[in-house]
Amino acid sequence: MQCLLLQDAFRHAPDRAGGAGRDTNAHAYLMLSYLLQRLGLALVTCLFISALTFIIIRLPPGDFVDAYIANLTASGSSVSQEQAEAMRREYGLDQPVLVQYVRWMGRVFQGDFGVSMVWRRPVTEVIGDRLWLTMVVSLAALFLTWAIALPIGIYSAVRQYSIGDYIFTTLGFIGLAIPNFLLALILMYLGFRYLGLNVGGLFSPDYVQAPWSWARVWDLIKHLPLPAAVLALAGTAQLIRIMRANLLDELRRPYVVTARAKGLSEMRAILKYPVRAALNPFASSVAYLFPYLVSGSIVVSLVLGLPTVGPLLLQALVAQDMFLAGAIVLLLGVMTVIGTLISDILLMWIDPRIRLEGRA
Amino acid sequence: MTAADPVASAGQDRWAEATQLRLTWWRFRRHRLAVISLVVIALFYLIAAFADFLAINDPHATDARRSFIPPQAIHFFDENGFNPHIYGLRGVRDRQTFQLVYTPDPNRKLPVRLFTRGYNYNLLGLIEMDIHLIGVIGAQRGEGIFLLGTDQLGRDLFSRMIVATRVSLFIGLAGVTLSLVLGVLLGGISGLYGGWVDTVIQRVIEVLRSIPTIPLWMGLAAALPNSWSTLQVYFAITIIISLIGWTDLARVVRGRFLALREEDFVVAAELAGASQGRIIFRHMLPSFMSHVIAAVSLALPAMIVSETALSFLGLGLRPPAVSWGILLQDAQNIQVLSGAPWLLSAAVPVILVILAFNFLGDGLRDAADPYG
Repeated sequence: MQCLLLQDAFRHAPDRAGGAGRDTNAHAYLMLSYLLQRLGLALVTCLFISALTFIIIRLPPGDFVDAYIANLTASGSSVSQEQAEAMRREYGLDQPVLVQYVRWMGRVFQGDFGVSMVWRRPVTEVIGDRLWLTMVVSLAALFLTWAIALPIGIYSAVRQYSIGDYIFTTLGFIGLAIPNFLLALILMYLGFRYLGLNVGGLFSPDYVQAPWSWARVWDLIKHLPLPAAVLALAGTAQLIRIMRANLLDELRRPYVVTARAKGLSEMRAILKYPVRAALNPFASSVAYLFPYLVSGSIVVSLVLGLPTVGPLLLQALVAQDMFLAGAIVLLLGVMTVIGTLISDILLMWIDPRIRLEGRA
Repeated sequence: MTAADPVASAGQDRWAEATQLRLTWWRFRRHRLAVISLVVIALFYLIAAFADFLAINDPHATDARRSFIPPQAIHFFDENGFNPHIYGLRGVRDRQTFQLVYTPDPNRKLPVRLFTRGYNYNLLGLIEMDIHLIGVIGAQRGEGIFLLGTDQLGRDLFSRMIVATRVSLFIGLAGVTLSLVLGVLLGGISGLYGGWVDTVIQRVIEVLRSIPTIPLWMGLAAALPNSWSTLQVYFAITIIISLIGWTDLARVVRGRFLALREEDFVVAAELAGASQGRIIFRHMLPSFMSHVIAAVSLALPAMIVSETALSFLGLGLRPPAVSWGILLQDAQNIQVLSGAPWLLSAAVPVILVILAFNFLGDGLRDAADPYG
């Protein structure tokens, strides 16, 4: 809102055409306000996610201590009534919900996510580098989506209604229609049946337990393409369609005709301006594509047996290990928001229209 | 307005006199794939409505002696001419794996006939009957037609898939209805009033869209008490997945409201003293109805996939409810899958329905603006 007002002020500035210095000033101001706006929204989103996470942690009947006692009883030991009360006090479970939420947030900010009941270890330790691997897989899928969708989108628009265009459109629709976890299942089966190998996992058996080294990183990179491709398929299909439609609109503009009439090579006439203009919605798709990919990676990881937070989350939810589950939901949400924020900022550098108008 | 007869009136008049609905329909018909998809979807809903009639075996009946029977083929001809039949099965225990391996026994022919008697059910929930479209005659216990094989518990996969159609398709409809209500309400308020209300609702939508949904919904779904009945879980899951869909619908509705607010006919109605309710429902709603329908048909497959994914993870619907996701849950394990690949066949209707809804939505979106 504020930003729009600023933009108006900018437009109506009487000496707009006057000094270049004033222009850059207003320009920087706009960018700053845009940045602040995005940052504010990201913070609100994080707060919202934390509240939802807290609700999820508290949703199962009984509280954490009840579950903990049940868990202990199941394994043979017992807890007295007094001990239970002491634990409730220690965790602040006798306080109002809002106080509990604020306390929980306070602990989270100190990096203390509580103790996993199933693993009997701090949650942060249990999650380990699974969170980073989740992000690595999602990011790889994102880059793959771009790498495939961009050239195919351009091709489909430039050669509209050619055989290639039809083939890609059909493939795109099929890609859109197959849920990624089903695709993973089918690929697993085909790999097992016809190649006799297990296509799952992110590491070779030798490297699963190994400490991080360049060899292990290389092993990870070698295993990334399949899960990344599975995840990227639907997004790629969608992005190709958006890119194609946008570029088709741009290609009909008079400036393209002018460029051709002036004797620019076909390659230059297409790539230099229309493609760049069509890129904006393409790049802004990150904002919704990235959460979607992180989401998808959860289910796909389960099928392909990837060491991401996906399988851990499911285990935790089934066992009602709510601190672990809550931590995963919260961390995934916050990392997604940060990823989206970074993409917003990058986008601002790429596209002058956003820089000047202050909105995506 | 009376509907114009497209045959009687000549060229131009035909377009000028047609109602918007008719124009939309003409435009829609040109989209060949969308029309085919409409037929496919109608067929699926017919299957859902008459699921029990089309099912061959009781989808819930288990039988340990017929676990993992591979798909059987119906043979239409024998030495006497046309005589549809299937071969009986002979189970032999594998000496190495100790698993029963079924092989067709050509000496035992079971005739396949139309309208045979089978398990009891209520047709459309009203008429009690036991007639099924096809079935075998003279089957002994444990024998039957297993067109797509059986699962570990010996349940007929084909019949289960047919019955699952009902749950999977209607949970999508229910979810979409809910998010439509939310989307139209919030999108309408947002577009109509503008100002800070609009800003707040738009920000909420942005926040909701930037959260990875599956982990959140997994958390919510897992928190449903175990004591809840199948029906309660069904409704809870419907509500959970409809919380995904409403943002897109709200955006569409808001966009249309913003565009229409400035139109001459709306201003005219306002000047003529029409009440706000009348302007919205009599003047604005009909002109963006088609956009909403298109958005709905694009939101439906997303709902169906959500349910399938949640049930696939074991966090969605619970047995004895049967949905495509629950059927696919059996196919999760590569060991099971390598021995019984037919368990994957539940993926086929999922993909078909999603594809059809996407084509339909595409066709509807093009047709939504018949003057364009």
